[in-house]
Parts: sequence; C-alpha cells; structure tokens
Amino acid sequence: MIARGWVRGVAAAVVACLWGTQALAAQAVEPLRENILTGAAQDEVAITATFSGSELFFYGAIERNRFLVEEELAPDVVIVIEGPSSPIMVRKKGRVAGVWINRQAIRVAAAPSFYAVASTRPLDEILRSGEDRRYRISLDTSVYILGIPTSAEDPEEFRRAAIRLRQSEGLYFAEPYGVELSDRTLFQTRLSLPANIVEGDYRARVYLVRDGRVIDDASIKIPVRKQGLERFLYLAAKETPLFYGFGTLLVALFAGYGASELFRRLRR
Amino acid sequence: MQVYLPIAEMSVNALLLLSLGAGVGVISGLFGVGGGFLMTPMLIFVGVPPAVAVSTQAPQIVASSLSGVLAHWKRRAVDVKMGLVLLVGGLAGSAIGVQLFSWLRELGQVEFAVTLLYVVFLGIVGVLMAVESVTTLRRNRNGTPPPPSKPRRRLIHRLPFKMSFKQSKLYISVIPVLVIGFTIGVLGAIMGVGGGFIMLPAMIYLLGVPTNVVVGTSLFQIMFVMAFTALLHSVQNQTVDAVLALLLLLGGVIGAQIGAALGASLRGEQLRLLLAAVVLAVCLKLAIDLTVTPSELFSITSVGDMT
Repeated sequence: MIARGWVRGVAAAVVACLWGTQALAAQAVEPLRENILTGAAQDEVAITATFSGSELFFYGAIERNRFLVEEELAPDVVIVIEGPSSPIMVRKKGRVAGVWINRQAIRVAAAPSFYAVASTRPLDEILRSGEDRRYRISLDTSVYILGIPTSAEDPEEFRRAAIRLRQSEGLYFAEPYGVELSDRTLFQTRLSLPANIVEGDYRARVYLVRDGRVIDDASIKIPVRKQGLERFLYLAAKETPLFYGFGTLLVALFAGYGASELFRRLRR
Repeated sequence: MQVYLPIAEMSVNALLLLSLGAGVGVISGLFGVGGGFLMTPMLIFVGVPPAVAVSTQAPQIVASSLSGVLAHWKRRAVDVKMGLVLLVGGLAGSAIGVQLFSWLRELGQVEFAVTLLYVVFLGIVGVLMAVESVTTLRRNRNGTPPPPSKPRRRLIHRLPFKMSFKQSKLYISVIPVLVIGFTIGVLGAIMGVGGGFIMLPAMIYLLGVPTNVVVGTSLFQIMFVMAFTALLHSVQNQTVDAVLALLLLLGGVIGAQIGAALGASLRGEQLRLLLAAVVLAVCLKLAIDLTVTPSELFSITSVGDMT
C-alpha cells in the first residue's frame, strides 16, 4: 500500500506537470495509443495426488504513447480463462411410469471444461454486445449448439442447463469486479481453479477495452497437467488398459491380503 | 486430506473414503457378506460417477475374497469341479454384462439401470431375510422346532447334461449351474457386486449344495469372475479407478476386522434382522431417489469419456 501510494503520488505529479505544460502550450493532445502487456505468476498447474484446487495470479500493464490527460478515463481490462473445450451430452429426466429417467438428450458442440471471466467492471457496462460476440468473451458466447438438434423440444433450455450445472460445480463463473486496476496502468487478478478441473491446455485471454470496444488483446497458455502417480495411472488406464487392469488387480490383491494378514498377526 | 482420483477426475476426502470402506467392512465382517451391494450405492451418494463406482468394485471384491478362498481351500471346502462350471457361466455372463454396461453408458442410462436393479434385488433380499429371521426368532421364543425342509429339486433333476460333483455329493444337470454362474457374472458387471447374496441361496435351495462347501465354492467363482470383470471394465469402459479401489480396500480390511470381533459377541438371528434393516434402508433410499421429482432434471456427460 505504501509503495502504491508513492507511485500514485509520483504519477499524479507527473500528470500535473504534463497537464501544466500542455495547458500552457494549449494545443491538441496526440491521439492515444494503448497496448496491453500481461504475465502469469505460474506457467503451469500440476494436478498431483493431493490436488485440491489452485489459484491463478495474472498481472500486467497498459502501455501508452503518452500520459492520460485529466478528462480521459481509465480503460477497462477483461480476463477470460478457458479450459479445453469438448462436446458434451446434456440429458433431461422425464417421468415414465412413476420413475424419473433420462428421456431427452442433446449434444452441445462446444462447451469449455472451465470458464472464468474477470473484469474491472461488469461486462454489460463496458462492452458492446457485437464486440462480445466477436471476441467470444462472455460465457454465453462460448457454449453453443451446432447443427439441428434432434430429440429435444427446446435446445436453448439444454444449453442454459449446461451452463447452470457447470456454474454450480464452480467450473463457470464471472468476477465482474475481479480485476484490480491501479493508477490507470497496472492491473492484477486472482482466480481460483476448483479441485474438479480436468487436465489440458488452458488459455488466458486478456482484453483492453475502451468506449465499448476491444482495443488490444493478449493471450497466455497455461497447461494443466496431471503429475506423478496421477499422470502415470491416467496414462496407463487410457493407453495400456489391459496392463492397467492387471496392475490394479495385483496391487489390490497384495494390499488386501497383506493388510488382513497383518491384522491377523497383530490380534494374536 | 483431499485425494484426486485419476479416473473419476474428482477430488475427494481420503478420510471419507477410508471410513466408507471401514463402515462397509464392519458390516461385511459382522454378517459375513461381501458388502459390494452397500458400497456401490454409497459411492454414488457421495458423488462418484456411477460407472466408476460400479466397475471399481471389481478389483475390490477380488482382493477381499482372496483370504476367504485361501482359508476354504486349505480346509478342502471348495468343490473345484462345480466352481469351474460356475466359472464358465460366470465368464460368459461377465462378458455380456460389460457389453450391456457400455451400451447403457452410451444411452445415458447407467444410473437409472443400476438404481433400478438395486431397488429390486435389495428389496427382495431384504424382505426375505427379515421374514426368515423374524420367524426363527419367534420360533426360538416359542420353543417349537423348525419344520423339516422340503427341497424342491424336481425340475432340476429332469434336466439333461448331468454331471457328477463328487465333493458336493451331487449328480445334477450342468444347466442350472451354468445359469447361476452366468447370472452372477452379469450382475457383477452391471451392479458391482460379488453376488454372494444371490448365489448362496441359489446353490443351497436350487442345487442342494451342502453347506460345508457352498461358501468356499461361491467365493472361488466370485474371485475369478470379478478378476475377469475388472480387466474387461478396464479395457472396454476405462472406468476402474485404482486409487479409489485402494482407499476403499484399506478401509474395508480394517472394518472387517472390527466387524468380525463385534460379530463374535452378538447373536446370529438378531444380526440377520439388523442386516435386513440395513439392506431395506438402502433400498428405500434408492427407491425414493427414483420416484421423487429430482431438484435438477438435467445432467451432463462429456462425449469423450462418458463417465
């Protein structure tokens, strides 16, 4: 806080100086150009045997060709973190002969396994809907159904249900004030990854928004990987399933028999 | 302590799984049953995907039957010939059961099919056990001797392809033996149960297998059929979670010891009534889940690995 206060003080002083000289010169200011620079505190997330979620920390700065003049507002920053996308089946239960059974199903062509949007202010206050669709920023633009749905009456209901279910599992969320912008230049955000994420290449997209438009963007790849025992077991189960099956049986037999023999001896 | 299950792709509390294993282990040690019929529903209750819950039972059952099989083998209480015939039926049943299971997953009906089968089987077994233990208790109180049992084996004796099973002192058709083995194989693959609770009464009442070899022989068949089922589920459905199996197993071994010690100080018929109550309670809970309007009608499965 002390450091930030100091930076703010200097920035204010510099701005005041510039403002003073410019006011003296009384001429039009140069057109503003802004770029975004960003980084993440970690290059990858490891899912280990005791994985219980993780926190992602992003930071960055807005680069400008000149200082902002007093009446120029700070831009907004939006950060989207997206997990690997895959098609999913969304099923709806219906009542048949007194019991509830899955009756309708629809295939959602693309649904990210994880989706978080953090921004300096709520998206609908800062972004035009055309821009939102173009850059696929809000959650609603990233989960969609392709083709002609067959067995469902109201496909939109299924799409919304998919979003709602993943929201309730903590896999989709929005943090409308989750990005902190200081001195109209430096930004940072912390987002938590829940424990139930799947592995794959996650991508963070960072957008600089001004007057409802995206004026610059950047992206970072963050691989999320199972590691150690988790990775070994997962790969074995997928790539050499017969070997995995035998291995599981052997370990289970050994552990089960060993433990019960141990107890038998202890009781004597 | 949280543990990430590599196949279920979820993080769960290791202590919860250990105590679940121990709880079911106590019951299995207390009553001398496998406990798979309680474990699968419990895992589904705590949020393990039904497909993983069912298929992970297979290695678990193999490991927990080994000690029993060895003990009975040493006492020569295994009818190996009958065990092998049962096994032939069981392997065929398991192969078909795993295929059926895959097909149910594609349809998105695993949870429904598993729950329905559980309600039916737990209901039947629970009611039968409760009736039997109540009549025995009442009879003991009145001091009347049990009526002589009338084995109804007439139909079975008329079937062809007879074979002699020396150790069981039986000369019977192989057809009912194969059918029993087959049924157990199918149920093991779809429900994640060893099937002792169906196999023992079937062998005693239908085939007339003497009680001194019935437990050893059925365990012998269950162990090999479930080993085969574990391999098939691993290859075909890729839903066997080794970490989950290991945690449940360790809890189960500890629980079984406690249960066996407890069982020594309780009386048989009361125990059986208690087990019947547990079975009926699980059955009721599952039946309610099937019929009450669910709070969430929708569910998601990823198309890549339909767990």
